[in-house]
Order: sequence, then structure tokens, then C-alpha cells
Amino acid sequence: MNVITDNLDAYVAGFVVTLQLTLLAAAASMALGLVLAALRVSPIRVLRAVSATYVEVVRNTPLTLVFFFIVFVAPQLGNLPPIDFGTTALLALSLYTAAFVAEAVRSGINSVGVGQAEAARAVGLTFGQTLREVVLPQAVRTVIPPLINVFIALTKNTSVAAGFGVVELMGTGRRLGVVNAADGEWVLIGVAIFYLLITIPLGLVAGAVERKVAFSR
Amino acid sequence: MTSVLYDAPGPVARRREHLGSLVGAGLLLVLLAAGVWWGAREGLFAADRWDVLYDPPKNQTAADVWQSMVIRGLGATLRAAAVAAPLALVLGLALAVWRTTRHAVVRAPAVVVIELFRGLPVLLMMFFGLLALGLDAFQAVVFGLVVYNMAIIAEILRAGLASLPKGQTEAAYAIGLSRSQTLFTILLPQAVRTMLPSLIAQLVVLLKDSSLGFIVGYPELLKSMQNNAQFFGNRYFIALFLVGAGVYLVINLTLSWVARWISRRSARSGGTADDAALNEVQIAQNAPGGRPL
Repeated sequence: MNVITDNLDAYVAGFVVTLQLTLLAAAASMALGLVLAALRVSPIRVLRAVSATYVEVVRNTPLTLVFFFIVFVAPQLGNLPPIDFGTTALLALSLYTAAFVAEAVRSGINSVGVGQAEAARAVGLTFGQTLREVVLPQAVRTVIPPLINVFIALTKNTSVAAGFGVVELMGTGRRLGVVNAADGEWVLIGVAIFYLLITIPLGLVAGAVERKVAFSR
Repeated sequence: MTSVLYDAPGPVARRREHLGSLVGAGLLLVLLAAGVWWGAREGLFAADRWDVLYDPPKNQTAADVWQSMVIRGLGATLRAAAVAAPLALVLGLALAVWRTTRHAVVRAPAVVVIELFRGLPVLLMMFFGLLALGLDAFQAVVFGLVVYNMAIIAEILRAGLASLPKGQTEAAYAIGLSRSQTLFTILLPQAVRTMLPSLIAQLVVLLKDSSLGFIVGYPELLKSMQNNAQFFGNRYFIALFLVGAGVYLVINLTLSWVARWISRRSARSGGTADDAALNEVQIAQNAPGGRPL
């Protein structure tokens, strides 16, 4: 038990790295994911296919494999500038999470009834108006809870970076666990508490939003 | 294409889309060509980057390489998944049943277990097995996969039970079934059926997460890629990676496709189109957030 309070500094430092990774990767994957989702609903077949392929391939690939690619395989592709562990983790997490963001946004847009947009066009709204006034306001409500879930998963996924040189929360726990082998369980329980500090509140927010915006169609 | 956003295109719009598709395809080809040109310049297509797969150096045969990748590497990955999946299903079912008990006090431990393990990284639980419980690498991988996935499966089944119409329970009570008879003969079979696509999607997640064994020192597929590359030379990483990634994609895409096929089929027989849409949303949600990342 003491091992947690004794090493509080290390925990907090790791927690901050985890938070940074999560926030930066969330922003980057949100941007890329929105682009992918836009491509996915675009009228141009090739763009739809590109986006669909990316999403399908990434969703069925382990995150560890994405890290593995960037760390070990990419340097063999040619003379690429070397990148540090933190950037590697950020890149892998963003590329990976973007596919899940795209999928959540796409299913949100598709969940809006076809009749809604048809009715909007029938009363003479333009494409932009239809999107702005009718489709998106409804889509956003359905998208937000799954999107929060995507970011909860992202928070947990940042732990994979511990296997590739980043000393975030999990990496800190691993180090402390090896040094204080006798108190291994307490060290890791400490790590768990810090993860739950992020994931449980986010989960509660997702649930609350879901109940709040729930509406019958 | 059916979309919320557009009407069925007329002749002008179709011509425009056609043009756009051509331009898009052209751009894509240019990008691909640039990639191939870069690759050729860096010598990526030379035989000495690929011969590890058919005629490896250092007096090894191709059979040795493939054996270490497919039999030992993939074999270890599948073994961990094959042990963890049934355990997670059984324990998940048990937790889901436990969670339906009437008294809040009895129910509380199940709720705590589910909420706790859903919110923690799988890797953390593998390290817990390794560092705190003193398990070996294989047991630690299985432990992590089981503990995490049983919580998710319990949650999937709970959602399945919640989605059933109230009349099912009422009718079962009306014909005199007890609470447990109602649960096991009326509600659970339907919940499992509705949630089958989500459950299969969760198996994909479990298989993907078995690759975390690479980090805790379990010699699975990624490790065998790395071992081969270290033995034969780093220049072979690309060839070996493509084999490993291909294996994961083939297995997972097949499973995902089965999940979608089941959800379409159950939508056609009995259910409605809304069920299929619901399932797809649930697959999407369970995958990442409840998590399938």
C-alpha cells in the first residue's frame, strides 16, 4: 500500500504523459476520422472505396501491429527521418483510432431517417441547409455517446505505448513493479486507480449524454 | 448508393459523379505509382528483400521460416485466443446472470467487477498476472484476455436482455415459469441470438488483443516476425510483416464478415430492418468503446 504513496510523483508523471497522449491522439484522430467519414458518404465512388478500405483494414488490425510497423518495419522502407518514441505512439494511436471515429460518425449520419432528408429537400432546403438544419443536428446526438466510448478505448490503448519505449502510466507501473517486486499487486492497483480516474467519469458522461439525448424515432 | 444525403442522381449528376470518380481514380493511380517508384528506387522489390519467404539465406529452408511463423507464431496466438475465448464467454454469461438478481446487495459485486474491468487496459491485467500473480507469459496473456472480455461479454448480454420486449417476461410468468426458468429458457436464448453479431465482433477484439502478448514476453505471431527478422537481417522486416499482417487480416475479416452475415440473416428472418441497423450500431459501439479497439 505504501508503495503507491511513496512513488506518487512517478505515478503523477506517468499519468500526465498518458493524458497528453490521449488528448493529442484524440484531436488528431478526430480530424482524420472526420475526413474519412466525409469521404465515406461522398458521392464519388473511388473516395468511398478508399475510406472504406482504410476503415476495414485498420479495424481488423491489432494496435500492437500498427506500433510494430512504425517502429520496426517503416525504417526499412527507405531513408525516413527517425522519430522518437512519443511521436511514434501518437502516430500509431491516431491512425488507429481514426478508423473507429470514422465508423462512429458514419453510422451516426446513416442513423438519421432517409425521410428526414427527403422531407427537407421536398420543402425546398438546399444541400447545405439540409445538412446543417436537419441531418447533422440529429446525427450529432447519436454520434456523441459512441464517440466518447471510442475515446475511452483510446485512453486504455495508450497503455500499448508502454511496450514501445514510452514511460506513461503503464510503463511507470511496469518499472515500479520490477523494482518493488514484493509489492507488485499494489503497484499495479495504483496504476489501475489512475486509469479508472479517466475511464469511469468518461463512461458516466457517455451514459448521461445517451439518456439525455435519447429520443424516439 | 443509398444515402440520406442525396436523391437518386439524374443524368447530369451521374455524369459529374462519373467524372469525379475518374479524376479520383487517376489521383489514386498517381499516388500508387509514386509509391512504387520510391520503392523501386530504395530497392524494396529486389529479391534480397523477399527471398526469406521462398529461399532464405543462412542454410535455412523456406519451410523453417514458414513453420516458425505459421505453426509456432500463429499457433501460439490462436492457442491463447482458443483458451481465453470459451472462458470469457462462460464467465461473461455467469456475470450477466448474476447481474439480473433482484437484490441490489447481491447484484453489487457483479456490477463492480464489470465496471472495473471494462475501464482498465488489457495490458495492465496481463502485467498484473505476470508481476502480481506470478503467472507465466502464456497464463498472463490468457488471464488478461479472460478478465477483460468476460466483463465486455457480460455487458453485451445485459444489453441483449434489456432489448427484449417486456411481454416476453410477462408471458413466461403468466404460464407459471419461475424466475430462473424464464431467464434460462425464454430470455437468454433470445438475448444471445440478438447479440450474436456483437459477440463475434468481440472475438475479433480478443484475437487482436492477444498480440499484446508481444509486450509481456509471450512468443506469439509478432514475436516470431521479430525473431525471424533479427536472425535473417532487418531488411526482411517488410516481407515478414506482410505475412503476419495478412494472417491477422484474413482471420479477422472473415470473422467480421460472419458477424455481418448473421446480423443480415437474422434481420431477414423474423426481425426487421431496424434490428439489422441496430446491430450494426451495436457492433460499431461494442467494437471500440465498450471497446473493440
